[in-house]
Amino acid sequence: MTNSAQYDIQSIRDDFPILERKIFDKPLVYLDNGASTQHPTAVINAVKNLYEHSYANVHRGVHTLSQEASNLYDDARVKVRGFIHASCVHEVVFTSGATESINLVAQCYARPRLKKGDEILITHMEHHSNIVPWQMVCEQTGAELKVVPISDKGELEMDQFHALLSEKTKMVSVVHVSNALGTVNPITSIINAAHELGVPVLVDGAQAIPHLPVNVKNLDADFYVFSGHKIYGPTGIGVLYGKEKLLNEMPPYKGGGDMILSVTFEETIYNQLPYKFEAGTPNIAGAVGLGAAIDYVNKIGIGTIAAHEHGLLMYATSKLEQIDGLRIIGEADQKAGLISFVLDGVHPHDIGTILDGEGVAIRAGHHCAQPIMERYNVPATARASFAMYNTFQEIDVLAEAIKKTINMFN
Amino acid sequence: MDNLRDLYQEVILDHNKNPRNFRKMEEPDGFAHGKNPLCGDQIDVYLKITDGVVEDVSFDGNGCAICTSSASMMTTALKGKTEAEAEALFNSFHHALTDEGTFPDDVPLGKLEVLTGVKDYPVRVKCATLAWHTFDAALKKMQGNVSTE
Repeated sequence: MTNSAQYDIQSIRDDFPILERKIFDKPLVYLDNGASTQHPTAVINAVKNLYEHSYANVHRGVHTLSQEASNLYDDARVKVRGFIHASCVHEVVFTSGATESINLVAQCYARPRLKKGDEILITHMEHHSNIVPWQMVCEQTGAELKVVPISDKGELEMDQFHALLSEKTKMVSVVHVSNALGTVNPITSIINAAHELGVPVLVDGAQAIPHLPVNVKNLDADFYVFSGHKIYGPTGIGVLYGKEKLLNEMPPYKGGGDMILSVTFEETIYNQLPYKFEAGTPNIAGAVGLGAAIDYVNKIGIGTIAAHEHGLLMYATSKLEQIDGLRIIGEADQKAGLISFVLDGVHPHDIGTILDGEGVAIRAGHHCAQPIMERYNVPATARASFAMYNTFQEIDVLAEAIKKTINMFN
Repeated sequence: MDNLRDLYQEVILDHNKNPRNFRKMEEPDGFAHGKNPLCGDQIDVYLKITDGVVEDVSFDGNGCAICTSSASMMTTALKGKTEAEAEALFNSFHHALTDEGTFPDDVPLGKLEVLTGVKDYPVRVKCATLAWHTFDAALKKMQGNVSTE
């Protein structure tokens, strides 16, 4: 709470129109940010302005609107580059989201290189989107998937990581912040160890990007992926950051327009980065919205947001720990943005429905991370995940609603 | 909270806390495993049928209050019913929850009526119908998985 003096939470909340909503006549307490964040007026207006004033297809027309739309689209890429500190703009590829970004790397980087006997190393705390694309590559190439186990606290077993990393390993893909546990993984150590063996590393930053400052150059990440809608931007837009050298070595993902320099029926010359990976008319409004979201986050400051959310996390953890029969799943020393929990005798879906009746939106389920649920022997968890606009008072509402739920079932 | 009381009525909370016929059955005539892939609810339904009559039905597994209480109430409702009566009850229950309207063959739901509040919570309807779909699969002697998807 130390930041509340500098942190003007009310003016931030005023920027998010949906926070005015009442749910069952109660103020909305939106704690499902891990699934998707809400949008500030600046993002909504950026998309609106594009459609009202500057919309046309990009990179094609010589007319004014096409030029304006192209400029806005290209500006968004510049903003992403700055936000993640990539070396150059063409290392930023727009995709439909983190899922497509991972699939792109799996199919265009890993698949052509891997063969029987090779290994791909992931962790037990991956989202399905960082498991299934690699399983597909394993099926296609005969490579084998290896999984770094996690401890009871929800931290990677780093000695096991080092033991599993070998000259057979051809790709490491690891989540930066776990969507189901909140764990912040020691990405730098992982990348350094992998690089010593010449193994490239993909970092799934979907849950990290809204909560932590990310510098892909300092991390020395080979690939870094995230989705726009988890950082206050629109759905359907995401980012693949890749080192220029690696992206250049990769074949295109999809064939079509905008990804070519010239086409004849005999031969097609692919366009340069990043367009090589952006076949077809892109999600122009999505990119423009993401650019506006990044501007908005920069205005508040990602470090400032991180500090506020850390305060919320500490406060919520201490509040929830005091509730009898509540068990927090994921107690890593380094956590960001969320708390997963279960209640004795109350299934997470019932928690979710009853909390909704109190205006509190949380996620209940397996969070697309079924291996984690199995690891902790729970069918599902309830998850409260935080964003820049959440308040300490909302945590109090959450805690009271949880107590009400417990009383109802006992 | 008033709305929620319609969903989580005392009888539902009671069946959740003390589910009836919550046990694995040795050598059942019919068995099926049902799961809702979206939320992870899993249920096993066991059947003993004698001369076309449901002599015994039990379940075990892991689900939310709606899923567990619906399974529990299902077992009490089905015992002693003929296969045809059981199927009719399944169909009627399904119609009532999915709000497809009433059909000429629908039979009274009796105590199962308390579960019809679920239809106001569309994402929870599958929780309430999982046990019934699993029962249906067991009855048809379909070994293996039944999904509510």
